[in-house]
Amino acid sequence: MKTRIFLMFIAPSLALMLIFIALPLGYVFAQSFYSTSQEFETVQVLSCTPGFTGQTCVTESRSRPKLDAHGQPVLTTSFVGLQAYRELLQPDAIAKAREAGSSLLDAILSVDFYAALRFTLTFTLVTLPLVISLGLAIALAVNAAAKSLRGVLIFASLLPFIITPVIGALSIRWLFQGDGILTATLRAITHSHLSMFAQGWTIELLMMTYRVWHAAPFAFVVFYAGLQTVDQDTMESAIVDGASRLERLRSIIIPHLVPLIVFIALIHLMDTYRVFEEIIGFSSQAYRISLQFLTYSFLNPDQTGNRAITRASASSMLTMVGIVLLLIPLIRRTWKTHRVRR
Amino acid sequence: MNELAKPIWLKGLTAAFLAAWVIAAMFPLLWTAIMSFRVPLDALSADPLTVLAGPATLSAGKGLTAADIGLTLAALAAIAWLAFHGAAKQAALTALACLIAIPLLAPWLDHALNLPPILGLTLEYYKAVWIDHEFYRNFENSLIITAGVVTVSLTVGTLAGYGLARAASKLAFWILILALIFRALPHSVLVTGYLPAFLDSRTLLAPLWNAPILGSLLHLFSNEPPTLYGQPLAIIIVLVSINQPFTIWIMRSFFDGIPIELDEAARVDGCTHIEAFWRTIMPVMWPGVITTGLFSFLLAYNDYLVTSLLLDAQSQTMVPAITQFLNRDTSASDQIQAIAAAVSITAPLFFLVMAFQRQIVSGLTAGAVKG
Repeated sequence: MKTRIFLMFIAPSLALMLIFIALPLGYVFAQSFYSTSQEFETVQVLSCTPGFTGQTCVTESRSRPKLDAHGQPVLTTSFVGLQAYRELLQPDAIAKAREAGSSLLDAILSVDFYAALRFTLTFTLVTLPLVISLGLAIALAVNAAAKSLRGVLIFASLLPFIITPVIGALSIRWLFQGDGILTATLRAITHSHLSMFAQGWTIELLMMTYRVWHAAPFAFVVFYAGLQTVDQDTMESAIVDGASRLERLRSIIIPHLVPLIVFIALIHLMDTYRVFEEIIGFSSQAYRISLQFLTYSFLNPDQTGNRAITRASASSMLTMVGIVLLLIPLIRRTWKTHRVRR
Repeated sequence: MNELAKPIWLKGLTAAFLAAWVIAAMFPLLWTAIMSFRVPLDALSADPLTVLAGPATLSAGKGLTAADIGLTLAALAAIAWLAFHGAAKQAALTALACLIAIPLLAPWLDHALNLPPILGLTLEYYKAVWIDHEFYRNFENSLIITAGVVTVSLTVGTLAGYGLARAASKLAFWILILALIFRALPHSVLVTGYLPAFLDSRTLLAPLWNAPILGSLLHLFSNEPPTLYGQPLAIIIVLVSINQPFTIWIMRSFFDGIPIELDEAARVDGCTHIEAFWRTIMPVMWPGVITTGLFSFLLAYNDYLVTSLLLDAQSQTMVPAITQFLNRDTSASDQIQAIAAAVSITAPLFFLVMAFQRQIVSGLTAGAVKG
């Protein structure tokens, strides 16, 4: 295909990606160094109140938003350098907390950004092996099930994957909320007055459970497709050689699935790093927040109606650096295999 | 693999594990669905049997009669039979038909037979959500946005996917790597870029409206540049772009599966590239198009982050709108309303999986197996 024709086919898609992905990215980067704020002016106001002997007059200075000729507030944009990043990372606050005698870890985690980073990374890295092993287990089990049952099994398995994430998280939350039936069951088993939403770690546990439930079907479907292409001749000779089930799994099936494991890991890291819906669904913001939620909360108007755009930009940039670092090994691998194929 | 008989303990273990997984996969959804038909006293009870039977709902005079239950069970049996025999689409259609027919037929039957209700069930929370809280407006917005996203995404993505699959150039390779990196970007990063521009678009777009030729063309649509914040149409283009990296990867892998000889034969017959694409490739590409369309639909339908930040209360879609029921969570009946809204959002997805199970599976594996 000639380059000119190729460009014609790809142009609309490329234009969309450049305008709506690359351009905003550059814009956010620039925006993180500039702050836009309303301009205030100080005015002297003379206010008088009638009194017994005459008027009591007080002159006080008040600050009020400056308005332009159309009555709109005057906005100024100024270069603030790394100020937004400093506000996020708060090196001073950490130093102060250290002096006050708290441990380094506590001091760091008391800052929103680090708490969000800690949660996001733990969440991503803990769910990854769980999703892969559960997905593989389901794939092996479905592959061993009777053919007539497989369609129904796949249908049931797809439900947690297809469901709107916020709703999925909510549906699990409702089972545990208050005297929800699963909390009641847990209480009966452990003979304790457990409450799943009263402390951070139980919420975190529920969020991870939800994510494994939600993401395992994807791993399952991919592994299940991979299992259909296992070389049957190799399998038969292994059986003739007397290899046990476990040995066959370890030395034939798993090596065959390695590229798929890498693929699932790649997608899972991308999707889990942007954990956000769980925070909304479980209303966990008082205990646990994620990096995406941090940016989201800056973008939402606060009580005075202002959006902290500069700080949101800085936290976006830091979030992006994180995912790039996390993915470099996997993207390099994809890059190499593709270069070899071409 | 079945040459050697499986030991009985392994068979038992596999069956138990599968049963446990199927229950875990379906239970939260089914249970939520049951809760949405009960008054709070039943729905929020710690005793599962109370939730199932709904005595308080029944004593409030709302319930199903033996005839209603019989009809429902018969319908479920028919759907399950169809599903088991591989007729997934017919099963989904039957389910839809029953959903409309049973509520019409059942009251008439109850009246004719004069049966008393025996199982608690109430629709009042659905009524509260859809009619009192005007959830249908959110439904309309969701409909506009998903329809737009699917149409535009497929048009743009099909062209790009074909180009990428047929070009062996370095450029194509780099575009794919770039798309992979874009795919990894958290959406909040992009929304941070859109939000100030969307709020301020009237000023930002003014130069376009004042431009010599383009300006007069744009004046035909509106006299002033629009404020993009709160515009469902603007969200469509945003969601299409965010989804574009995934779309072109999956489309490319589907086109890769169509032999290039097909193009070449058409070209020998004197077609241009575009004619070859339209006349010979597209007719065999429909499965890939349907699959990609499904995933575009899911992205647009399920989105919370983008729509909640870029749309206002009037133009909100269903998923972010559910938080209005959560935040009011003050009385127990508010909570059941939230549950009813959640079930309303999930129901279309349920039918979607039923009807398009095969396409969803092929879409999930397309990226992995072929590269």
